[in-house]
Amino acid sequence: MNKDEYQKLVKKLEPKEPKLRKALVAFLVGGLVSFIGEVIATILVTTFGMEKTIAYIWLCVLTIFIASLLTALRFFDNWVSKCGCGLIIPTTGFAHSMTSSALDVKNDGLITGLGSSFFKLAGSVLLYGVISGFFFGVLGVIFYG
Amino acid sequence: MASKKVNNVYISNYFSIAGPMEKRGTIKDYDLVMDDYYYNEKTFEQAEIKMQKTVIDNILLRSKILNSDIDYLISSDLSNQISTSSYAASYYNIPFLGLYSACAAFTEELIVASILAENKRKTNILCVTSSHNLHAEKQFRFPIEYGAPKPHTTTFTATGAISTLITRNPSNIKIEGFTIGKVVDMGIKDAKNMGAVMAPAAAKVIMDHLVDFERNIDYYDLILTGDLGEVGSKILKEYLKEAYNVKMKNHLDAGSELYLPNEETYAGASGPVALPLYLLNKVVKQKKYHKILIVGTGSLHNTLFVNQKMSIPAISHAVSLEVI
Repeated sequence: MNKDEYQKLVKKLEPKEPKLRKALVAFLVGGLVSFIGEVIATILVTTFGMEKTIAYIWLCVLTIFIASLLTALRFFDNWVSKCGCGLIIPTTGFAHSMTSSALDVKNDGLITGLGSSFFKLAGSVLLYGVISGFFFGVLGVIFYG
Repeated sequence: MASKKVNNVYISNYFSIAGPMEKRGTIKDYDLVMDDYYYNEKTFEQAEIKMQKTVIDNILLRSKILNSDIDYLISSDLSNQISTSSYAASYYNIPFLGLYSACAAFTEELIVASILAENKRKTNILCVTSSHNLHAEKQFRFPIEYGAPKPHTTTFTATGAISTLITRNPSNIKIEGFTIGKVVDMGIKDAKNMGAVMAPAAAKVIMDHLVDFERNIDYYDLILTGDLGEVGSKILKEYLKEAYNVKMKNHLDAGSELYLPNEETYAGASGPVALPLYLLNKVVKQKKYHKILIVGTGSLHNTLFVNQKMSIPAISHAVSLEVI
């Protein structure tokens, strides 16, 4: 049996992942996270009299704090493995990726461990976020002046 | 020659420790169980070193022998540069061999120990195998608390350590022969499907063994593979049928058997410790199987090479045991 035939055999015997169910769960959980975010933002605007832009900054900080706290309390990984991108795509996922990396290396030294591994997963998000931000900025200037 | 018959070498004692997940699994009588993954240490890495020390200390006590009575210490684990084994060995003044063949380690240790033992009239060789789920997760996969979603082909590294004492004094487990396997790479690049990576290596060593010893696959009461998992076991059976026209009926996979089905362990357990844990704590104690071929299966996986889009090579060694 050559490599191609073997890979076909493996494909045939691999269990199928329930992609549709996973996508639906991610969609609903992601939607729920955004809904809760909107509720908090509205409360910040109406009750605390904040400006909308300021309220969204506070919301962002709050989401990061809650996600990091839940990661540190060792709940969040179980939720992420069940909800997938529903929790990874929002800011919760970004905060979680940094906190989980930090927890992994907490005993490996402040510089050699924590400092160098903090952005192990989030580094890609930051880099490509900044790059795409730049290009969309350029496009924005070209089309909208 | 890759295969060899062994005369009068026995596994005369063993001592095992298992983690909290394994405690809830199918085996109920481990010698010791850990309540948590830290085992009263500061890090998971140090916990695994302590696990190895525990199984060494306890087998010496149980066998009523001293450090100085051991001729060789042969250890293996999954950590980079097999550091866990080296650190554990540094506490004992015993000539040390550190081996790496990923999850095929236990069979490789038995092979090396058999070769060393055969040349001596009297010998005590200590073999130690360990793996730690969270140590392995951190090294090979994502940060522990990240909880990245995994497909159903993934296996779950078992936590445990086991020490075995190889001597020339007759016991109920005799090492009858072995076959040293070849590295097989069938082009699988998916590090989340180790079963598919290892199955061809297992098939190759099983067939080499049967040809060299002029045996039929039904000669063995049981062929016990290490950690192919449920998916890998299916692939192995199908592959043996298609590539070698051999139908394997008497097969069990230690990885698939270690945990209860309701645990979230995907395709089953993996890690070098899965095979000896299941073999010595379950199969041997059942006294149901007498001629057993154990086939350790190791995925020689390195995250660096996987990132460079290289396929994953695998190794598998077979050891034939006679259990009374």
